[in-house]
Amino acid sequence: MIWNEKMETMDLNELKNIQSERLAGIVKYVYDNCPAYAKKLSKEGISTADIVTIDDLKKIPFTIKEDLRDNYPFGLFSQEVKQIKEIHVSSGTTGNPTVVGYTKDDLKLWSEVMARVIACAGGVPGDMIQIAYGYGLFTGGLGFHYGAQEMGLTVIPCSSGQTKRQLKIMTDFKPRILACTPSYSLYMAEEAREMGLNTKASSWKVGIFGAEPWSEAMRKEIEATWDLDATDVFGLSEIIGPGVAQECLQKKGLHIFSDVFYPEIIDPKTGQEAKPGQPGELVITTLTKQGIPLLRYKTRDIVSINYEKCACGRTSPRISKIQGRTDDMIIVRGINVFPSQIEHVLLGIEGTQPHYQLVVDRKTGELDELEVMVEVDEKIFSDEVKKLRALEEKIRDEIESVLGVLVKVKLVEPKTIQRSEGKAKRVVDKRTL
Amino acid sequence: MKITQISIFLENRKGRLFDVCSLLGQKKINIRALNIAETEEFGILRIVVDKPAEAVKALKENGFVAHLTDIVAVEVADQPGGLADILKILNENNVNVEYMYGFVERSADKALLVFRFDDPDRAISVLNSNKIKIIGSKDIGGL
Amino acid sequence: MEVSYWNKEIETLARPDLEKLQLQRLKEIIGYALKTHFYKKRLEKAGLKSPEDIKSLTDLKKIPYTTKDDLRENYPQGLLAVAPEEVVRIHTSSGTTGIPTVIYYSREDLNNWTENLARSIVATGAGKKDVFQNMMSYGMFTGGLGLHYGAEKVGMTVIPIGGGNTKRQIQLMKDFRTTVLHITPSYLLHIHSKLEECDTKLEELALRKAFIGAEPHSENTRKKIEGLFNIDAYNSYGLSEMNGPGVAFECVYKNGMHIWEDGYITEIIDPKTGALLGDEEEGEVVFTNLIRKATPLLRYRTRDLAFVYKNACPCGRTHRRLSRITGRSDDMLIVNGVNVFPSQIEEVVMRIPQVGTNYQIYLEKDGALDKLIVKVEIYSKMFSGDINELDKLKTRIGEDLRASIIITPHVELHEPGSLPVFEGKAKRVVDNRPKL
Repeated sequence: MIWNEKMETMDLNELKNIQSERLAGIVKYVYDNCPAYAKKLSKEGISTADIVTIDDLKKIPFTIKEDLRDNYPFGLFSQEVKQIKEIHVSSGTTGNPTVVGYTKDDLKLWSEVMARVIACAGGVPGDMIQIAYGYGLFTGGLGFHYGAQEMGLTVIPCSSGQTKRQLKIMTDFKPRILACTPSYSLYMAEEAREMGLNTKASSWKVGIFGAEPWSEAMRKEIEATWDLDATDVFGLSEIIGPGVAQECLQKKGLHIFSDVFYPEIIDPKTGQEAKPGQPGELVITTLTKQGIPLLRYKTRDIVSINYEKCACGRTSPRISKIQGRTDDMIIVRGINVFPSQIEHVLLGIEGTQPHYQLVVDRKTGELDELEVMVEVDEKIFSDEVKKLRALEEKIRDEIESVLGVLVKVKLVEPKTIQRSEGKAKRVVDKRTL
Repeated sequence: MKITQISIFLENRKGRLFDVCSLLGQKKINIRALNIAETEEFGILRIVVDKPAEAVKALKENGFVAHLTDIVAVEVADQPGGLADILKILNENNVNVEYMYGFVERSADKALLVFRFDDPDRAISVLNSNKIKIIGSKDIGGL
Repeated sequence: MEVSYWNKEIETLARPDLEKLQLQRLKEIIGYALKTHFYKKRLEKAGLKSPEDIKSLTDLKKIPYTTKDDLRENYPQGLLAVAPEEVVRIHTSSGTTGIPTVIYYSREDLNNWTENLARSIVATGAGKKDVFQNMMSYGMFTGGLGLHYGAEKVGMTVIPIGGGNTKRQIQLMKDFRTTVLHITPSYLLHIHSKLEECDTKLEELALRKAFIGAEPHSENTRKKIEGLFNIDAYNSYGLSEMNGPGVAFECVYKNGMHIWEDGYITEIIDPKTGALLGDEEEGEVVFTNLIRKATPLLRYRTRDLAFVYKNACPCGRTHRRLSRITGRSDDMLIVNGVNVFPSQIEEVVMRIPQVGTNYQIYLEKDGALDKLIVKVEIYSKMFSGDINELDKLKTRIGEDLRASIIITPHVELHEPGSLPVFEGKAKRVVDNRPKL
């Protein structure tokens, strides 16, 4: 089923009129409501009169993650806080977190695009959905919750973790839809086998997997394991959370809801438009969002885009799976991790100089493991095992509290971390997706 | 009467213990007592040597993290209950043992043990007042 | 004192009218109960074949009590009273020994629940201008999502942070000028002890109110919280069988929690004999849920001990007030707001082959928070002499317990034969927390 048939199947030329109208509207809105943005635009000599059609978008400067962080906490909010009905926060690259605020209308928009996502993946009214994305400040859980509620589905708000319980709930209530990270679905399979469950006989027929990169090979494995259709969902909290783009059952790219999230693909170095079909950095303009509208936001995700109409009937352009990043961010168990955040934590712990390396690995059927290797120096060395253990624990706890991800800390001898041109290599990613 | 122990941080990797021992061998430094505390990922090698200053210098020059700790070496009667007698005294005087291990050599009917106390000075005075023989650093070289 | 209402008409409805409404809703809910496998049998046995067999509220007495065991025995579908497509939400909670319990909600049920929470929030004087930091866990635990919906309904700004991560909690309280919290009292006290470490002064916070619940606490604890933060703290009560939070809530007078009686018929009984007790007599609280059709529960024994106040409240609400919860009539433990049965712990530790025959559960205070210590004896035949093995065993026990009871206990390994042995039923729980 197509949730919003009108918008999702509209001829792209016709849609352009709506996009143009909405762009002009949002630029005016930003001028009227968001002083930080207004300043930024007027500095570039852009007035509302300059923005008439969607093609005028190119005149507008890019917005980057640092703009959000530097204006923390409320700088890019276009509304008084009391008009903001929900706040989500993700950890920033260092120090200040990244904040997103939703007005009542934004929450409606989120519910609508998430309903589109679930329908696009094959969900229909009357279905039951097991949501195993984390609930709370992370947008995954509540995003799916709102979309499923909008569709009138039966929601099981499992949140993440508690794998045995997840499987028991699947067995007892027979939900047809599963929403979680792709690696967690394989991890659950491992646990299911240990419990003696036949994974192929599971009730899940529709899988909506995202929050981390995954490959066609993983899709095949997940589909074979659980006997379901595995689809990819894309989103980022700065834009709305999950709900920016979703694969249909053709599984040939993710439909981006361009009537509300206008995509551009650029060469990240020059900022120029990439050649059609060529991969580049995805840039998104939110055409209707009120709480924090973003104009030409650089997502740092590398994708390509396809404007051909899809066999499913949707005209919404399709972006490829994420092919890489323009920065050093890694995604561990669906959580975004910047090496600079870890460095920040290590610096904060007395005596630890930041000679460190992050090693990410994923063994078959297991979840990502992030190992933080820290070189031991004389300041932190002790002749007692328990003191070194306590140090490991302290580093681990600090990182967990900042990043929300559990890591393994390994103390290593000095100079054992590979260095290239005198600079330590910060990330070793051993995962094969 | 405290003596100096060298502790060295070692990863649980093949050949690391050999690296330390061969380095000390080249420098003609003699290991008198040795103990390894191990965890899954790393170990702490604790040694008592005849020339601690030289040993530490050599280790640091070769990139090891080495650390000096005060320990107390005690002579124990080499017979059943010998160690228990000493522990009883320590126990009664509320002296806490962090860890302990034995010497490589022993003299005649006595065994030599190394203790690490949370409060070495108090431990020494308790041992002294109970007439337990403590070995000084001078004696280490001559053993 | 300024009194505000969310739904003045219902909240101040004259008692006779309120009781009339209860009777009408009771009949309706019995109609739904009769659609379930479980109640059909039980009610017919009690001589109730149709809602019309209920003539007055006193006829409620004909209905036998429902217990948590009934919920477990009828898991998963024995208490479902509507068509599956009418169900929009499912919450399960871990049972006492492995078998969970489940509550289904229709869209209307969720609306009713949300209405009660909106009433509760407004009764404390909080409103849509407030920034609400919801520190209760989200997901299957009803504490988080329940208040989330209520706050959304009232129009507050919601920060859905959930539990844990004290540093971030404090940072967000400061940065977003949070005015209202939903939190367990022990965690709120813990936060106070961490302010200095987080370079935060009380003056930098904009707090004015806290809804405290999910664990029993005393009037002194409330006073302490109010004094330390210079805020008003309101007691909140609920349980997932009765939807979740929002069953009873304090108003600005803070003199007991108004039970939303158009939704819940309340009885207090002697937990031993089952006999009904009068006003201001302490006993076990029994509720009949009048506003949830997907899973009707009649005369449900909560195991919570409390009483109902006799006198009227100056706020003008006609809904009677429940006292603080003073204890439990079973052996359930509440650890930092999480319900734990000793039998759950026993089930986990006894399943592990390296664990011997004896174990003990200790509860201590670690600062403001509860600390659960599980001491187990190792099984000598399984001990290989390897320290790393013991480390792994300790980790495994911790992880297995966490998977079952949601909280991570502190695990201690003991030598075989070193824990005290009790004749007969072992008294394995030692609660060293100060009495309320």
